[in-house]
Amino acid sequence: MTNLSKAPTAPPTTRRKGIEATRARQAIWFLLPALIAIAVVAGYPLLRTIYFSMHEANLTSPEQAKYVGFTNFYGTGDEGVKFGFLTDPKWWSAVKNTLLFTVVSVALETVLGMVIALVVNSAFKGRSLMRTAMLIPWAIPTVVSAQMWAYMYNDNFGLIGRGLLGGQSPLADTGTAIWALIAVDVWKTTSFMALLILAGLQSLPSDMYEAADMDGASKWTQFWRMTLPLLRPALLVALIFRSLDALRVFDVMYVMLGPNTAAETSMTGYARQAMIDNSQLGLGSAVSVAIFLLIMVIVVMYVTAFRVKFD
Amino acid sequence: MKKALTLITLTAAMAAAANANAAGVTVTIACGTVGIELKMCQDGGARWAKATGNTVKVFQSPNLTNDRLGLYQQQLAAKSSDIDVYQLDVVWPGQLAQHFIDLNGKVPAATIKSYFPGMIAADTVGSKLVALPWFTDAGLLYYRTDMLKKYGYTKAPTTWAELATMAAKIQAGEQKTNKQFVGYVFQGKDYEGLTCDAVEWVVSNGGGTIVDASGKITINNPNAAKALDTAASWVKTISPSGVTTYGEEEARGIFQAGNSAFMRNWPYAWALGQGADSKVKGKIGVAPLPKGTGAGARNAAALGGWQLGVSQYSKNQEAAISLVTYLAGPAEQKIRAIEGTYNPTLPALYKDADILKANPFFGSLYSVFTGAAARPSGPTGVKYNQVSQAFSGAVHDVLTGKTNGTKAVAGLATTLARIKGTGW
Repeated sequence: MTNLSKAPTAPPTTRRKGIEATRARQAIWFLLPALIAIAVVAGYPLLRTIYFSMHEANLTSPEQAKYVGFTNFYGTGDEGVKFGFLTDPKWWSAVKNTLLFTVVSVALETVLGMVIALVVNSAFKGRSLMRTAMLIPWAIPTVVSAQMWAYMYNDNFGLIGRGLLGGQSPLADTGTAIWALIAVDVWKTTSFMALLILAGLQSLPSDMYEAADMDGASKWTQFWRMTLPLLRPALLVALIFRSLDALRVFDVMYVMLGPNTAAETSMTGYARQAMIDNSQLGLGSAVSVAIFLLIMVIVVMYVTAFRVKFD
Repeated sequence: MKKALTLITLTAAMAAAANANAAGVTVTIACGTVGIELKMCQDGGARWAKATGNTVKVFQSPNLTNDRLGLYQQQLAAKSSDIDVYQLDVVWPGQLAQHFIDLNGKVPAATIKSYFPGMIAADTVGSKLVALPWFTDAGLLYYRTDMLKKYGYTKAPTTWAELATMAAKIQAGEQKTNKQFVGYVFQGKDYEGLTCDAVEWVVSNGGGTIVDASGKITINNPNAAKALDTAASWVKTISPSGVTTYGEEEARGIFQAGNSAFMRNWPYAWALGQGADSKVKGKIGVAPLPKGTGAGARNAAALGGWQLGVSQYSKNQEAAISLVTYLAGPAEQKIRAIEGTYNPTLPALYKDADILKANPFFGSLYSVFTGAAARPSGPTGVKYNQVSQAFSGAVHDVLTGKTNGTKAVAGLATTLARIKGTGW
């Protein structure tokens, strides 16, 4: 509308603006399918989850939902009986274990991934074979590798349980189980981390290192003063990716610990148990919303604290 | 010529398609996959298909019952017609009744009357017959006859204390030559199977059934606490520390490899233990599970068992009912009893000579199968799953040494009160 009113005073700009406006309109039309797809596959389920989080609903008959406000999160009954998942010690144990799992496994994966990336970035014979081979653990579906590790941890015939530990199952004790799970995750995802870091390393200019060599900077100095600062953007994106993945961890716990113990060990396991095993659609949705919020807070913290740029 | 050939081929193809149609409908059944279950289900389905001209597709379900329930609930909530016949656990009818057709009036009344009345009652919700009982299950004590003889015992243990003494002696002796040998294996993983095992411990010590028939929470009592402490004392002594990660199949694996003197398991383990590849073939004895000591102690076996129900969303209900009636009928139950040690749900079959020949213990343990201790799925209704999880979780904490029996049952009573809220 504004373009039209300006038209008589400055014809040439209008034409250019007219083209831009046309392009913008075209762009919207081209974007529309993607926006609709996002609304349908991401927006709608999210809104529906938020809707159900404030209702008491059963999985087998979702149409009979009853509005209960925030009591799925926290509430007090007539006789002072507390309900809502925030009053459940199992939920807090799941949060604690998930955070521990995330912090430790991502830290280990970053350090080990960096070491591996630096090694395979240097020129040596059979380098491409090495790069391919290191991705094998990551390429195996998690349910398969989790079952494989569960067998290895078995105290009666497992390579680790029987062979290394002489008939002890690390999964039997919840105190050691979390470390056994971290080991599996590190084994599996370090190579992915290494791949992301390697991509970052490849983009660094080699003449810079030649100049540094000429100036007599040691390899150690080169790493700390040049490689690491230049690698920061790639490293941070990799860190965010892995942290989010680790916070959403589900399959490793579920396969290796079984449904009940997994619910005490991972937030998603807790959500699944509430929603599927107990068919409490409302409570399960409330837990899902809480996980969503928690992950969002952590992402915002990451992005602001490290000033990550996504463009 | 070419045209004629095309015509002939086309006619032939159409005739074939018509034939396939005449061959009837395809019925999909979701049955269990523990041990020999899947094969038996496929064979049974094939026999029905041959007799009726229909086709059967077998849907492979997950091993753990908890996983199965989750999967089925999603299918049913989505009103999916993919699966026509479901195999239901004895504790599920109350939760899933609305999704299944009423078999009353669709199956002849005389057929319904031929089953154990208690099992028909368990499958009836309100006045609706949700499913037909397919096989029943009760916990049993398996033992190695050769080991008992070797260490100077003449009969299976009758109390838990006896079991512990015998297992400890045999384990100590056998470990001199076989480091992997253990005394006793059971289902100690935190899942529905542990609920069954622990209900046996509690009931056999006179500790009640967690929640009584009127819905009152009864678990907080000294007998129940003692029962859990006793079980915890087995872990790392006569049972391996990893027993708290075992389900049915893990326990069977150890026993069948000849690495355990005693095992608690369901009847299906008998047929597999007598199989050609079993290292303990011909060396297995079966007895009722031991009882505790003190007032109210009795032998107790957890009641299990599976039913067959027809989904309301099935597009081939008539054929599905026919399949259910056939599979739960006497001829098929007889085959399953002989080949897979599945306990019949028809009293008449417990007098069948062929069945008794294959499973000699069926006759002598008749009372174990018919008088088994039920899990509190009746009084707790749709909240049963939460009750069972809370119970198995508390028991698991005792087994892994995180707490003791007295504290566990007290905490459990509080948790159950919270789950109960204003009522079951």
